[in-house]
Amino acid sequence: MLSLITEKIKTILISSKFRNLIFILFLIFLSLGLFESLVISPKDYLQSDSVRIMYVHVPSAWISLGIFTIISLLSLGVLIFKNKNFVLISKSLAPSGFIFNLIALVTGSIWGKPTWGTWWAWDPRITSMLVLFLFYFLYLLSWKIFDKNKASTISSYISIIGVINVPIIKYSVDWWATLHQPSSINVLSESTIHSSMLIPLFLMTAAFALFSALIFLMKYNVELIKVKNKGLNRI
Amino acid sequence: MYGKKVRLRIIFIISVLTTIALSIYIVLKLLEDNVVYFKSPTEIKQSTENIKEKIRVGGMVKKNSISLDNEKIFFVITDFKNEINVIFSGSVPNLFQEEKGVVAEGILQDNNLFFADKILAKHDENYMPPEVKESLK
Repeated sequence: MLSLITEKIKTILISSKFRNLIFILFLIFLSLGLFESLVISPKDYLQSDSVRIMYVHVPSAWISLGIFTIISLLSLGVLIFKNKNFVLISKSLAPSGFIFNLIALVTGSIWGKPTWGTWWAWDPRITSMLVLFLFYFLYLLSWKIFDKNKASTISSYISIIGVINVPIIKYSVDWWATLHQPSSINVLSESTIHSSMLIPLFLMTAAFALFSALIFLMKYNVELIKVKNKGLNRI
Repeated sequence: MYGKKVRLRIIFIISVLTTIALSIYIVLKLLEDNVVYFKSPTEIKQSTENIKEKIRVGGMVKKNSISLDNEKIFFVITDFKNEINVIFSGSVPNLFQEEKGVVAEGILQDNNLFFADKILAKHDENYMPPEVKESLK
């Protein structure tokens, strides 16, 4: 019964109808997000227009951290229970997390120059984000060099070791003296970003999340087809 | 509930994670002086050793402390307990202002004077439109 339900969910997930729905939602949120962040949202009292880089930088960082955490949790299932489906899900999630990590680093650099006065600083927050990037790279690399069975174990170990870095990234700005400012949005306290600037931030986060979901569904679909036609891999 | 294999795998993964997390914790603790991006004026005044190499000092630019003379900028970095005088020649970032965060990189002359060769601006986590800032004053 349970396997029947998961099969049903799987067919809906990989259907082109569902993908198109995600794509349309992505376009809607992206256009709303861009309009909000470039036109409607106000300038910052201190940084003026450069604050708008935040609407790309912060969502990218969130998404890359979120995807890495999901991959690590799924990898626990892969290592402990040898769940084959989790392997395919993690593998399909990784590329978008990697790209958003890269976007976070690059936009951070572009934002750093006009505000801090430097492109790069060996600051704990920035360095730990670079470490996350290296872990993503290792994860993807392991799928390129090892055969399927080995790669699923090795990549899972890479991701669960790398997840130790996630709380370090989160709390780096509280534990050490950093050039990077502390977080503005916390679960337990009121945000220190004005509400007119939170709207574009959340819209862009939704847009990036939908984009990741779209890429994930396409990759996942390919992986499932590969499993179905095992011989096709070798051609 | 689970098979023996599954239990062994769980124990193995937990030990791997604990070992690595503990090692990282120890390394970061031991290297804390190098992990921090800058030191505060208080930390510099309290350290007994004579610091010769390049360091970074960070804090707030003291109110009414910036003065210009012959393309040199003088200002005071404060953490509201201790202060350090800074001399710098060169261009400063746009956000370099009095009563805002700053990180200066350079060499400590003595406990009170710092020759900076790079100035970085550090801003805080507050973002708001200019009108809101005005109304807060």
